[in-house]
Amino acid sequence: MALDVLIVDDSAAIRKILHRVLVQAEVPLGKVHEASDGNEALEKLKVEKVGLILSDINMPNMDGIEFLTRVKADAAFKDVPIIMVTTEGSQAKVMQALELGAIGYVKKPFTADQIKEKLMGII
Amino acid sequence: MPTVTQQEIEQAVSKAAREVFETMLNLPLQIEPSVMQQAIKPETFDGVVALVGVAGTWTGTGHMSCSALFARQLAGALLMSEYDSVNEEVLDAVAEVANMIIGNVKTIFEEKLGPLGLTVPTVIFGRNYQTRSAGVKDWVLVRLRSGSESMDINFNLMPSRVLPHMTPRPEIVSA
Repeated sequence: MALDVLIVDDSAAIRKILHRVLVQAEVPLGKVHEASDGNEALEKLKVEKVGLILSDINMPNMDGIEFLTRVKADAAFKDVPIIMVTTEGSQAKVMQALELGAIGYVKKPFTADQIKEKLMGII
Repeated sequence: MPTVTQQEIEQAVSKAAREVFETMLNLPLQIEPSVMQQAIKPETFDGVVALVGVAGTWTGTGHMSCSALFARQLAGALLMSEYDSVNEEVLDAVAEVANMIIGNVKTIFEEKLGPLGLTVPTVIFGRNYQTRSAGVKDWVLVRLRSGSESMDINFNLMPSRVLPHMTPRPEIVSA
């Protein structure tokens, strides 16, 4: 079954790179949706059914931690796996994201293989 | 009160820059020994500047500058495309490179200084312009060279208990 993915990052460059990595990864990929912050991502989730979210932490309007908290608090989306892909490398933030329900964490800069490895862990 | 040395900033910037260049850009990189300076030079500038702020118990700014040509090369390497001009994608790519480098510098200093926050990057492109940070006295300049192009990363960090314009004092210890 094809995996629909939502990429959440305020950087269009990072969204483009992640999109390319997803296409190149040997996974049954469906649609790839993009959002530039947590607010936009929540709106996307209301209308699109996604099987995986890749989210940044440091974003304007609604950051990745707030977005993660809201997703996990909503019965409609709480089971969607979320991987944080972010420059934020402090242990405190990593632990916070994992405690809130993120299933994984990739630190920027990242290699395509690091993203693919995380994807394989889900599929 | 911990101190932050010029050498520590040089090491942190160099480590972060190497990681970004090797992992995501695949561009050659040479790093020159750092220089402590009172103001960012050249005073007037042509090209692209990206600014990322650090805040917490310590406050700082990362100021990354390069020519328009190098900005296009960076974007091309990051996004695997070619760019004939400095457009929105190029500026976004430069902002992300600055975000990754300064973000990783921040993470390195968090081990010593405790939790720090990071602003979203601001990027500026133009000709014959100046940038200035109010109250900042000492910048550590680390110059990166890649082929015939170069990029300057200026970084400062000072305790944020007292507003810098109230008590100007050197906070970075020279190597």
